[in-house]
Amino acid sequence: MIELPALGWQSIVIFVVFALSLLIATYCTYAERVIAAFLQDRVGPDRAGPYGLLQPLADAVKMFTKEEFFPGGANKVLFVVGPCLAMITALMSSAVIPFGNTMSFGNNAFFLQGIEVNIGMLWIFGVVSLGVYGVMIGGWASNNKFSLLGAVRAASQNISYELAMGMSLIAVLMISGTLSLREITLQQSVAGEWQMWNIVKQPIGFLIFLVCAFAETNRTPFDLPECETELVGGYHTEYSSMKLGLYLFSEYVNIFVVSAVMSVLYFGGFNFPFQYELRDWFVNSQGWELNSAQNLITLLGTVGIFLKIFAFIFFFMWVRWTLPRFRYDQLMRLGWTILIPLAVFNIVLTGALILFGVI
Amino acid sequence: MHPLFLFLSFVALLSALGVVFAKNPVHSVLFLILTFFSLSGHYLLLNAQFLAAVNIIVYAGAIMVLFLFVIMFLNLNVDTEPHKPALARIAAAVAGGSLLLILVAALKDIVPTGVATGTPFNSQIGMVDQLGLKLYTDFLLPFELASVLFLIAMVGAVMLGKRETGERNF
Amino acid sequence: MQLTNRAKVLEKKPMTLAERAYLPAIFQGLSITMRHFFMKKATVRYPEEVRPFSGFFRGLHVLKRDELGRERCTACGLCAVSCPAEAITMVAGERKKGEEGLYREEKYAISYEINMLRCIFCGLCEEACPKAAIYLQPDKMAPPRYERDEFVYGKDRLVEPVSPDERSVKGIQLTPEQADKLRARIV
Repeated sequence: MIELPALGWQSIVIFVVFALSLLIATYCTYAERVIAAFLQDRVGPDRAGPYGLLQPLADAVKMFTKEEFFPGGANKVLFVVGPCLAMITALMSSAVIPFGNTMSFGNNAFFLQGIEVNIGMLWIFGVVSLGVYGVMIGGWASNNKFSLLGAVRAASQNISYELAMGMSLIAVLMISGTLSLREITLQQSVAGEWQMWNIVKQPIGFLIFLVCAFAETNRTPFDLPECETELVGGYHTEYSSMKLGLYLFSEYVNIFVVSAVMSVLYFGGFNFPFQYELRDWFVNSQGWELNSAQNLITLLGTVGIFLKIFAFIFFFMWVRWTLPRFRYDQLMRLGWTILIPLAVFNIVLTGALILFGVI
Repeated sequence: MHPLFLFLSFVALLSALGVVFAKNPVHSVLFLILTFFSLSGHYLLLNAQFLAAVNIIVYAGAIMVLFLFVIMFLNLNVDTEPHKPALARIAAAVAGGSLLLILVAALKDIVPTGVATGTPFNSQIGMVDQLGLKLYTDFLLPFELASVLFLIAMVGAVMLGKRETGERNF
Repeated sequence: MQLTNRAKVLEKKPMTLAERAYLPAIFQGLSITMRHFFMKKATVRYPEEVRPFSGFFRGLHVLKRDELGRERCTACGLCAVSCPAEAITMVAGERKKGEEGLYREEKYAISYEINMLRCIFCGLCEEACPKAAIYLQPDKMAPPRYERDEFVYGKDRLVEPVSPDERSVKGIQLTPEQADKLRARIV
């Protein structure tokens, strides 16, 4: 039997990670509207608070005070369970993402990471694969043909793209040799060595992962499950009030998590260029203690990973307001006949490069 | 016994019963997913992290989604359930009962490994690297055969999805 | 059968590799939207910023007073006749003794109503008025209201205020100097 991990200080980190993912998802709704407006030469929401910064709050009040509606013939229990599941699975995955290196105060050292497990990547992958249940159950329980079609689309789309996503991850695993996200991050920058971020070694893998990330989070151009032009509102046609809010919100939490995963796997996570040089400069030239210099670097690294995450979130929105939606057969064809063979090719290529000692 | 073990066993048994007794097939599938989750919890208690994660990814994440997919499309409910004759019911009861009897008879004298044999339980055996070493040394041939099989299945799926000549393009 | 020779033969070439890869097109699209991200916005934050009206904008009506503060309108009804939308109604009355300071002519409008929901702001009433009494202001619009009857503007909302500080020339607010000059003339 295993011992439950001793919590203590770590629980604060867990709480902060949880609160942060909610906060960032909240402001994603605002960012989405402002970015959409800017890309379309508009101004965007600016009424609630300075620059409209209280807009998410206003949206939340609106969502909470709307009428709770249960469609006739709906399965009431599952109708409520659906959005809850979507939200839970979205929030669960941020637990294993390393948002920073170690902070040490005296003898206490703690990771800026919810839980460090050595199967971090599998955890992410497993939780992402569960995300489709919320959509499926909600869509089926609505007792509406459009909802059901949306749910079925979501299921088949997620399963198809999970395959390519997993295979693009395998190439990363071949390089790093570990499933722990923390280890993968640390490997991308080693003191005293010239170490590349994984994006340099895995450009094809990153491209595949990026495309799959769009499909897995149901974002445009792959937002077929909620395609308004064909399915009214897709799986959440019948949802109103905060239950709809949970669905919309879980999408943004998913975007946040996927952005975090991409920055960890391919963009060095909390590493930033010249971090060791900076630490040594603080220690040697400024006379700092090694511990406090390391803590400062850790904090800067946390700022760094969040900058990377925000850049990815911006990219998600930028793409959403640029590209039109794919057709469903195009989506499936892209997933099965292009991405999967490409991922297999990427695995073979990576294996060959490792064999010949190139990377 | 660990309270977590008791809780997980309770959930596993209860949801397994739910699979059988639920009227609605969709509920059955959801109970089955819950069962897989509690089984994954058991794997975690045995420190088999890789197995737990893979169980969730493969069974709960992919196979059960397909189950749910099919059941949602079939739209099974009480009205469409075929009425089974009494003879079939009796036959089913006899067959199930004898299976139970055989299982109980076969398993009643079994001794869990690692307890009676006295060999120390390696707590790291479920970790990814240990498992990988095992798979690539002792079980290399079956492992490679299985992966070739999967690759063939995947290539087959891709080939099914390919456009054929003469097929109408949109 | 060829009817005209304007028909063009559409040549459908097979897509090049770059077109089939789809990525160059995506990056082109992304660069276009990014350019728009930094462009000047086409919209304004309305209640705080307003776009300038054109010089001959025809907005909310005003019933003018003369330089002595008397209503100019004589209720001749020409504006109502000329109105294509039939938005104007009025009731004429005779000026009593002692009201010479209020009304300029012997006949005046007891009530004068314009329905802003009917009005098309064509300015024909302004053209028709022989007394230069009604004007469409170039800087004011009929504001939105919640109730239908609030759009029927009576004399209380149409007639120009007496105080020179609130008066206007064709709807444009008087400057303090102009107001002082006007005040000197009235008193």
